[in-house]
Amino acid sequence: MEPSGQARAAEVRRGAAFLRMQELGILAILLVMSALLAVRAPQFLTSTNIFNVLRAFSWIAIAAFGVAMVIITAGIDLSVGSVMAVAGLAAAMLLQAGHGTVAAVAAGLATGWLVGAINGALIAWGRLPPFIATLGTMSIARGFAYGLTGGWPVRGLPASFNRLGQYDVPVGPWQIPLPVLIMLALAVLCHLFLTRTIWGYRIYAVGGNEQAAALAGIDVRRIKLLVYSLSGVLSAVGGILMTARLGVAAPTAALGYELDVIAAAVIGGTSLMGGEGTILGVLIGAAIMQVIRNGLVLMGFPAYWQPAAIGAVIIVAIMVDQLRRR
Amino acid sequence: MGGGSGSPYWLEMRGISKRFPGVQALDRVDFEVAPGEVVGLVGENGAGKSTLLKILSGAYRRDAGSILIEGCPVEIQGPDHARSLGIATIYQDFNLAPNRSVAANVFLGREPRRAGWAGRLGLVDGQAMRRRTRAVLEELGVAIEPEAVVGRLSVAQRQMVEIARALAFEARLVVMDEPTSSLGQEDVRRLLGIVRALASRGIGVVFVSHRLEEVLQVADRVVVLRDGHRVGMLPREQASPEALVRLMVGREVSAGPDGAPGVPEGARQGPPLLEVRGLTRRGVVQDVGFTLERGEILGVAGLMGAGRTEMVRLLFGADRADGGVVRLEGRPLAIRSPREAIEAGIMLVPEDRQHQGLVLKMSVADNIALPSLRRLARLGGLRVDRRRLAQLALNQVQRLRIRTPALSQKVMYLSGGNQQKVVLARWLAQEPKVLILDEPTRGIDVGAKAEVHELIRSLAARGIGIILVSSELPEILALSHRVLVMWRGRVAGILPREAATPERIMWLATGHEVLESRRE
Repeated sequence: MEPSGQARAAEVRRGAAFLRMQELGILAILLVMSALLAVRAPQFLTSTNIFNVLRAFSWIAIAAFGVAMVIITAGIDLSVGSVMAVAGLAAAMLLQAGHGTVAAVAAGLATGWLVGAINGALIAWGRLPPFIATLGTMSIARGFAYGLTGGWPVRGLPASFNRLGQYDVPVGPWQIPLPVLIMLALAVLCHLFLTRTIWGYRIYAVGGNEQAAALAGIDVRRIKLLVYSLSGVLSAVGGILMTARLGVAAPTAALGYELDVIAAAVIGGTSLMGGEGTILGVLIGAAIMQVIRNGLVLMGFPAYWQPAAIGAVIIVAIMVDQLRRR
Repeated sequence: MGGGSGSPYWLEMRGISKRFPGVQALDRVDFEVAPGEVVGLVGENGAGKSTLLKILSGAYRRDAGSILIEGCPVEIQGPDHARSLGIATIYQDFNLAPNRSVAANVFLGREPRRAGWAGRLGLVDGQAMRRRTRAVLEELGVAIEPEAVVGRLSVAQRQMVEIARALAFEARLVVMDEPTSSLGQEDVRRLLGIVRALASRGIGVVFVSHRLEEVLQVADRVVVLRDGHRVGMLPREQASPEALVRLMVGREVSAGPDGAPGVPEGARQGPPLLEVRGLTRRGVVQDVGFTLERGEILGVAGLMGAGRTEMVRLLFGADRADGGVVRLEGRPLAIRSPREAIEAGIMLVPEDRQHQGLVLKMSVADNIALPSLRRLARLGGLRVDRRRLAQLALNQVQRLRIRTPALSQKVMYLSGGNQQKVVLARWLAQEPKVLILDEPTRGIDVGAKAEVHELIRSLAARGIGIILVSSELPEILALSHRVLVMWRGRVAGILPREAATPERIMWLATGHEVLESRRE
C-alpha cells in the first residue's frame, strides 16, 4: 500500500523527534550543571572522576528503571532501599556459607523478585494502595535485614563476587567500571521492553487510564504484578552491585535510597500521575542527582549541608521542567 | 401566597438561555417559585433540567436572561454564593464528607465558634453544633444521631442530613434533583411528607424527578421542559401522567424507516446470535432477558438510572453478574472479564470515552491497537511490529475518516467525534460479533453524529449484532430494529419498531407498565 499523507506526516515528525524530545529539558539541565562544575572545579572532567560519578549512580539508576515502570502505572514503590539491602545480604550470606558467586547472585535476585511479587499481589489482588503496601514491605524487609544479621555487617566476601562491583573493563583508552556497563545494558533492555513489547504498551495504558485499559481487555492486575516484580528484581541488581563494590553487606545499607530512586525517576520526567516516563529520562535524572552530589564535594561544600542543597536542586529541576512543558 | 413587594414569587428566572458547543441546552426558559410552593420539573434526558438547576445553584453561568430573588436582580457567582442567597441544592450524588459526623456535615464550612478568645483562635463549639443539629433533625422528625458517621448511614438518611443542612442554613429555596431515585417505597413516602412540611414552613421547593406519580403527589404545579424549551406548565388539578408524557415527548419524530432495514431473513435461521436470560446483578440489574440476531440493531432505552449501562457492563464482563445465562451462537458463555468477552467477540464502546474509553496521553495509533497488540506482536509479545501497528491504525483511520494530523497525534487533542471514532476503530480492527455502543454520540457535533449513525448501519448490514444504548429517543427510533425499554433495572418491555412510538417508550420507561419481555 502507498504510504498516505498521514503516514508520511508521521515520518516527518519523527525527523523532528529529537527537538521535541521530552528529555531535552533535563538533558540541558544536566549539561549546564556539568559545564558550570567543569569551570569551577577542573578535576570534575577527569576520566577517573567521571567514571566514579557514573559508578556511584549506577545502582540508583538501575533501581530507578524499575521504580519508573511502577510510577508509569501510577503506582509507587517505597521498598526499593530495603530490597537493595536484603538482596545484597542474601547474596553475602550464601557466599559466607560457602556457595559460589552464581548461586549468591541468583539468591539475591530471587529475594528481590519475591518482595516485588508480594508488593504486586498486595496491590493488585489485596487492593491496598501502593503507598501503604510498599511502606509495609519496606519495613518488613529492613526488619529481616537486621534480624538475620543481628545488626552486624557480613564481611569477607570472596574476590570473585566483589569483582562485580570493582572490576574495570578496558574499553579502548578507558577503564569502564563493570556496574556502569551493566547499567547501560539494562537501560537498553528496559527501554526496549517499555517501548517495543506488548507489556510495555500495556504498562503505559494502565497508567494512562486504568479503566480504559481494563475495558480494552487488558488484565490490569497482571500488569501490576509484573511491574512490582520487575522493580524488585532491578532493585536487587542494584543492591548486589552495591554490595560487591563495598565488599560488605550491612543491614543498614541503602537506607533512604528509595527517595533518591524516586527523585531520579521524577526528575527524569516520569509523571507521578502515571502514563508518562522514559528510561532515558530516568538515566539523566539519576545522573543529575549524582552530579549535584559530586559537585558539592568537589567545591568543598560542607557534607552535613548536602541533603538540603540536593533537595533544593530537585525542586528547581522539576520546576524548570514543568515550565518547559507548558 | 403574597410575597413582600409586588411579585408573588421568591425566585424568578426570566428568559434563561445556555449554549454548549453543538447544543442549545436552554432557550429562553422562564421558571419561578413562590414561598411555600412545591414546583415539579420534568422532561426527558437532555431536556435541560440539569442545566437549569446548575444555573440556579451557581455551577453554570447563564448566557442570557435574568434571575430575580424577592424581586431584586441577582448575579449568582458560584455555589457558595447561591447558598448564601438562600438556595440549597441537593444533588443525586450527595455532597457529604462520608468520614465525618452528621453534625460536622450539617455545619460543613459554617462551623459555629466558641465564645470569647477560644472562638477567635478558631476553636469549634462542638456542643452547640450537636445541639442545633439535633434540633433540626427532630424538627424533620427523623431519628439520626448527630454523632453518627455519615458513611454508615443509609441513602435515605444521608438525604435527610442534606435537608437538615439546608434548614440549618436557613434556606428559602430547596432544590431536589431526583431525590427518590435510590429510595425504597417507605422512604419515598417519608421524603414526600417532609417536602410538604418544608413548604408549609414557607420554603419553596423545586422537585425534579422522572417518577411522574411522585411529582404529581407532591407538587403544586409541574413545569415541563423539552429540548431546552419550556413547553408547558400544568397546575396539579390538570396534570396527569398521560398529559405530562405527551408534553415531554411532543416533538415530531421521524421513525426513519429509510435508515433501518429489516433484519435479514437468513439471520432468523438457527440459534440467535446472542441470547440473554435472567441476567442479574443485585440491586442494579434484575432478571434481564432478550435475544439479538445477526445484523440487528437493538435499541436500549430508559431514563437515567434505569440500569442500561450496568446491564451492558455485565455482558462485557466489566462487572460480575450474580446470575443469568448468556449464549453466543447457541453456545453458553461464562464471561468473567472484558478480555474473555473480547475473545468471544463481544465488544463495548463505553459511555464515557474520556474516562473509560481512551488513554488520552497515548497516540491515535496506540489507542486503536490496544486490544490487538498480541496479534501485532512477534516473538510471543517480545516485539510489537510497529509497521503493522501503523498499517492497522491507518486502515481504520481511513475507513472511519478519523481526522487527525498524524497517527502519532495524542488522542487528547482530537475532537469529541473523532475520539469516539478512535474507540470504535479499536473494535472494528477485531472483527466483533456483537458490538455494544453505550451513548455513542453523546457530546459530539451533528456532523460527526450523522457519520457515526451511518457507520452503525453499515456494521449491522455486515452481520454484526448491535446493542445501542442511548438516551436520545430520536437516535434509538432512527436506528433500531427493536427497542428494549428498561425501568429500575428490569426489562419494562421490548417493542418491535412498528410499535415503538415515543409515547409508548416513555410510558414504559416511567414504569407505568412492566411487560413480560417478549421472547421469540
